[in-house]
Amino acid sequence: MNTPMRKVGIAMLVMVVLLLANATYIQVVKADDYRTNPRNQRVLYDEYARERGQIVSPNGTVLAKVEKSNDKYKFTRTYADGPMYAPVTGYYSINYGSGGLERAEDEVLNGSDPRLFVRRLSDMVTGRDPRGGNVRLTIDPAVQKAAYDGMAKHGYTGSVVALEPKTGRILAMVSTPSYDPNKLATHSGKDQIAAWNSFVKDDKNPMLNRAIQEYYPPGSTFKLVVAAAALEAGKKPTDKIDTSPNTTLPGTNDVKLENYAGGVCPGSTFKDALAYSCNVPFAQLSGELGKDRLNKTAANYGIGQNNLTVPMKVVGSTLGPLDSQAALYQSGIGQRDVRLTPLQDAMMAATIGNGGMAMTPQLVQSVLAPDLSTIEDYTPKELTGTPVMSSENNAILKDMMLASEDNTKGGGKNPKIQIASKTGTAEHGVNPKQTPPHAWYTAFAPANDPQIAVAVIVESGGNRGLAATGGSVAAEIGRAAINAKLGGG
Amino acid sequence: MSQQPLADVSAQFQTNPPRDLPSRRNTELLLLGFAAVIVTLALVIVEANQEQELTLSILWLGLSYLGILTGAHLAVRRWAPYADPVILPCVALLNGIGLVMIHRLDLAYEDRATEAGDTYSSAVANQVLFTVVSLVLFVIVLVVVNDHRTLTRYGYTAGLVGIIALILPALLPASISEANGAKVWIRLPGFSIQPGEFAKILLIIFFASFLVSKRDLFMVAGKKIVGIELPRARDLGPLLIAAIVCMGVFAFEKELGAALLLFGIVLVMIYVATERAIWVVVGLTFFAVGCVIAYNLFSHVRVRVENWIDPFADIDNKGYQMVQSLFGLGTGGIGGTGLGAGRPDIVPEANTDFITAGIGEELGFIGLAAVLMLYLLVAMRGMRNALAVRDTFGKLLGCGLAFTIVMQIFVVVGGVTKLIPETGITAPFLSKGGSSLLANYILIALLLRISDAARRPAARPKPQQQQAPLAEAHTVMVQRPPAAGDGRTQ
Repeated sequence: MNTPMRKVGIAMLVMVVLLLANATYIQVVKADDYRTNPRNQRVLYDEYARERGQIVSPNGTVLAKVEKSNDKYKFTRTYADGPMYAPVTGYYSINYGSGGLERAEDEVLNGSDPRLFVRRLSDMVTGRDPRGGNVRLTIDPAVQKAAYDGMAKHGYTGSVVALEPKTGRILAMVSTPSYDPNKLATHSGKDQIAAWNSFVKDDKNPMLNRAIQEYYPPGSTFKLVVAAAALEAGKKPTDKIDTSPNTTLPGTNDVKLENYAGGVCPGSTFKDALAYSCNVPFAQLSGELGKDRLNKTAANYGIGQNNLTVPMKVVGSTLGPLDSQAALYQSGIGQRDVRLTPLQDAMMAATIGNGGMAMTPQLVQSVLAPDLSTIEDYTPKELTGTPVMSSENNAILKDMMLASEDNTKGGGKNPKIQIASKTGTAEHGVNPKQTPPHAWYTAFAPANDPQIAVAVIVESGGNRGLAATGGSVAAEIGRAAINAKLGGG
Repeated sequence: MSQQPLADVSAQFQTNPPRDLPSRRNTELLLLGFAAVIVTLALVIVEANQEQELTLSILWLGLSYLGILTGAHLAVRRWAPYADPVILPCVALLNGIGLVMIHRLDLAYEDRATEAGDTYSSAVANQVLFTVVSLVLFVIVLVVVNDHRTLTRYGYTAGLVGIIALILPALLPASISEANGAKVWIRLPGFSIQPGEFAKILLIIFFASFLVSKRDLFMVAGKKIVGIELPRARDLGPLLIAAIVCMGVFAFEKELGAALLLFGIVLVMIYVATERAIWVVVGLTFFAVGCVIAYNLFSHVRVRVENWIDPFADIDNKGYQMVQSLFGLGTGGIGGTGLGAGRPDIVPEANTDFITAGIGEELGFIGLAAVLMLYLLVAMRGMRNALAVRDTFGKLLGCGLAFTIVMQIFVVVGGVTKLIPETGITAPFLSKGGSSLLANYILIALLLRISDAARRPAARPKPQQQQAPLAEAHTVMVQRPPAAGDGRTQ
């Protein structure tokens, strides 16, 4: 009996050796794969114990920082004016991970970015806990506040984006209704879960960053694209236009495309058509220009770029398929399948403000080391390198936008600041005539030396219902943002 | 009195050490002290890493552990003085590491509960209580079973009780017998037990006594088919019935791990009793066929196998536990995160079936390997004593019990580290749970009893003394059997 027992003994040895060999494979050979797997929460938990970097504005306003906490996470993330800056900063939560800039610049903020390597090394030598780097934004707090307050005081749903035309720097990015990221950063799991659920279940979707994650029919603001294409195709501002109140869509029996409120166009030239935002001439122009010219002009404004990051990912704006003459007509007034993000809409005004050259929008101005020394500055970059139109045509379009601003109602006008603008009143929904339209306003100022370009969208008419127009609802907010930048009243 | 003459005799043959080795109880005490130091250090490290104050509860935990060790040691000193000195300290160390891990996970679960606004009742207090009860049972077994051979008388009784214990949960209504998807409990107000854990040991006793009594039949009687001599059906009958019932019950109760465990044990015991490797081949063939049938028949078997092949395929649901276990082990790496500095609580069932994943995470590969070595040490010492003991029943029982330890470890650690499909059994002495702890302490008591018998000087030395003068002329022949039997060749 002893012989088989010895063999069983050997079998037992073999079994344990197998376990050890397998454990070696898992814990030594595959260890790095498992450790760095993005689904491995343990890495995230490690990060919470590290001093995360700050998010600051150019003038030093701290938008996000950490405070010491007396629990095992060691630090609590806190946000100044949480709801106002939530679309900019995003959130950082123990249960729910991170979002927005907190996620996009996570490697810098948590200190794992390769550019911070030397500092990490010196932290190791000096025995100091590693700290994250800081991110300095391009945001102008005054513009952000003016835009946010303008939206929030009326309880509007929508977005405001402001850009510096010459550089593409994002001066403001507002999305309302917003949420307070502080509530997601709290270490009380109970409060965190309650806040998350209330945000997620909210019909108005406060955690959606409308400025870059949502796109809308741009309505008449899209006429800036059609007008630029038409000017490049040789159209003159003095050319006569069709002033009739409506036109039949090509290829249909009796489907009408009307001017706003079904009226006759008050002016008779191409310039007047933009100033009064007449639909019929722009629909016809779009039909004449055709798909290729429209697409080319749109592309140089940035429309159709699906991989733009600011550094958060921006949803790609689109013209739709433009597969028929009727589609071209309707698209020419920013309806049908044309969809722009508020950021893209602001980029159109900024491009015209920059002499026709679109600049790559950027939210981060520089990456700073934990000791605030600059590691990397972002330099302004041209988006496509090709101007949308010649500088002569650009000057003409700017003039047309100045005339448009003169015809635009709404409050907040400042006689000291010359604004070039375009409004939009975009129909949407299953039953467009009975649904309050989206109100748009896109502008840049001052016209002779543009410092700021802005786009405002107020979803579904704001508080004016069916009677809402871009001028009556959105213009005031856009002008407030411009005033905040240019020091007007 | 009886030792004197033997010592005199052996003193003349220095190449062959005398049989009456010192009892080695002081060695055991020293090793136990060593275990206590390690466990105390582990506890302090956990508290330091979790930034807890050193509270009275730790003192209480430490003292009760020391009390348990002292009690066990004194009992062995009194009732099994020649028992193996290594087994108990290894078990005590494993048990201590288990308590520290359970306490460490308690802290994590408490944190989570406070964050979520719930309350969590600590598991370690219960586990300490179970340890005390286990040790009481351990002592009772040592006292009552003063000679393991008396167990042969109760072979069939043990088999019957074992099978009833196995079947009982399957027959009882689910409200009493089911928890976490496995129908293996008897849940009574106040406490609940898993009778299967005890059935395991009863069945080993049955198999050992049955196989020993029928050993001759296995080896000679019966037809010869393709060179294999099969025993007569009526001799093999009880064994087959017992084995099939066990497997069936476990499969029915969705306890795959336990079924696998019992199957392995039965196979090894038949092999050892008959000394025929063909039984292993036949058994493994049955096993392969059974696996295929089970895979096609039961969805829960398929789920386990799919999780084994690729746990990442369904990372959020079915594969979650396995993936988290692998993440923990990978994050731990070679050296581990340090006790109390990891996140073992992310793995579901971290303080029961997946406790070794937590050890692998916080103590690293080194810690996990050390724990595996402790088990191997206990099993190898058990096997060595089984080789040394004189009676065949003792040999077979000891061999079965020793193999049980390694087989359990293989199934549970193999499952946690994705060597084999995860089947959900507890890690002996480490995992939370009273039944497993109680049963495994009984197992250790029996192993110690057998080792005591193996190392104790001959019970009736008088007749041998009479022969001693005669033997002097043929010293080599007299001394050979013990030398061969005591396993020094290993």
